[in-house]
Amino acid sequence: MELDEIRDAFAFFDAWEDKYKFVIDLGKDLPDLNEADKKPGNLVRGCQSQVWLVTELRGGLMHLAIDSDAHIVRGLIAIILAAFQDRPPAAIRTFDIDGLFAELDLLRHLSPVRGNGLRAMVRRIRQEAELAA
Amino acid sequence: MADLHDISSDFPILARSVNGAPLTYLDNAATTQKPRSVIDAIRHYYEHYNANVHRAAHALADEATAAMENARAKIQDLIGAAESREIIFTRGTTEGINLVAASLTERFKPGDEILVTEMEHHSNIVPWQLLCQRSGARLVAGAVTPAGEIDLDDFHAKLGARTKLVAVSHVSNALGTVNPIETLIQAAHDQGAMTLIDGAQAVQHFDLDMRRLDCDFYAFSAHKMFGPTGIGALYGKANLLEELPPYQGGGEMIEHVAIEGTTYNQLPYKFEAGTPNIAGAVGFGAAIDYLRGLPRQALREREHELVRLALSRLKQIPGVRIIGEPGERASIISFLIDGGHAHDFGTLLDQQGVAVRTGHHCAMPLMERLGVPGTIRASFALYNSPADVDRLAAGVEKAIEFV
Repeated sequence: MELDEIRDAFAFFDAWEDKYKFVIDLGKDLPDLNEADKKPGNLVRGCQSQVWLVTELRGGLMHLAIDSDAHIVRGLIAIILAAFQDRPPAAIRTFDIDGLFAELDLLRHLSPVRGNGLRAMVRRIRQEAELAA
Repeated sequence: MADLHDISSDFPILARSVNGAPLTYLDNAATTQKPRSVIDAIRHYYEHYNANVHRAAHALADEATAAMENARAKIQDLIGAAESREIIFTRGTTEGINLVAASLTERFKPGDEILVTEMEHHSNIVPWQLLCQRSGARLVAGAVTPAGEIDLDDFHAKLGARTKLVAVSHVSNALGTVNPIETLIQAAHDQGAMTLIDGAQAVQHFDLDMRRLDCDFYAFSAHKMFGPTGIGALYGKANLLEELPPYQGGGEMIEHVAIEGTTYNQLPYKFEAGTPNIAGAVGFGAAIDYLRGLPRQALREREHELVRLALSRLKQIPGVRIIGEPGERASIISFLIDGGHAHDFGTLLDQQGVAVRTGHHCAMPLMERLGVPGTIRASFALYNSPADVDRLAAGVEKAIEFV
């Protein structure tokens, strides 16, 4: 899903129920990572949930494959992918992901205290982008 | 006798709301809330007699010292220790265990064993691993049954002549299992092993009697029994504590210092280097006063009833699977729900004002043994009510609709 579609959808939500249902549905639509890619080297450990991340440079663009064991985290990953997927590393480095999550009122899920592995994952993507740029 | 239904009004925080819903606080195994009297005692200390303890000849210092030693005496009385010098102030359970592990270092040699169980909190595993690395001793873990209890046959099989120390939790923080520590302590002593009990989850629920229990060390925290964070107590038998070297060096713990060498202060100060957490000790004492002023037996029965109610309500919800079915359970329930990850349900409960904990609960070996990635944990305290159970059950039912 495109970032603008996500933004538009969020603009309509009044109740937290609608928002979280949407996030969970985004998570359900996220393609699963190959089991072979769910290896320790790709694991970003969280205290409560785990995230697997595979990055690849395709024709100068960052291609990401990300998965998690939790639905809500998968939904949040889908939002991050809408911002990052197949974008030039320089654009990933400068993209204000905190700003996006604040705008969607989801920023607390990107907080390091939440322990869901997302913050560490974003840091790892940025590092890869840094190296590729 | 205090009105049983009025307890929650003693805790100011319980009046707040979270995400637009009334707070349903069911994370008491992580930390309990503080009654007004504890908060007031800490404030009163800072407003009226804040001073450093034990070493000044002025009124404030005398009052602060008296308050701190008074708190020590209350702790001694609460847990039935023979002497107040057997109570060492620590930062909490974790530091208490680390203190023992550090001070016991010289007593361990290669070939010695430390016996824990698979259900221990990481703080009752890692300090022993560090001790093993320093000394060449070996860490051995007794198995846990699928019901979430210590496998006693396995425990007794692993307890032997090499076992120098047995370190076991009184109550499992992840499952609520109440362990038969009297039996384990006796068995350990029969083998000549020392014993340490991690009492973090037990002190708010049980009346303790160190003289009867006969363990060598018992560690616990104030913040899990309505006191402040950053303070706890380590009980140790006086003769053992006398023999052990200090844990940290600094002020307060010395008798005389010369560059050539130092003689240490007497117990308990030998183990209390540096300015202690005086406000914490004052709050700790106030928490004990608070507990003592309550009809504890009646409250415990009510809490027990509440946990039974919560268990039966959760079991009625299709898809809910209770993790751990111990014969004796303290106020902790771990569960999983089909179709979603614990983290999803924790987040969806939080949206409804219900505070539970999700994850491995700092007990990764236990999760591994039970074959689960983590659980959702609801833990109760004496201020929880049947309305909290209703909100938990309703919250779970609603969350299930999402996934």
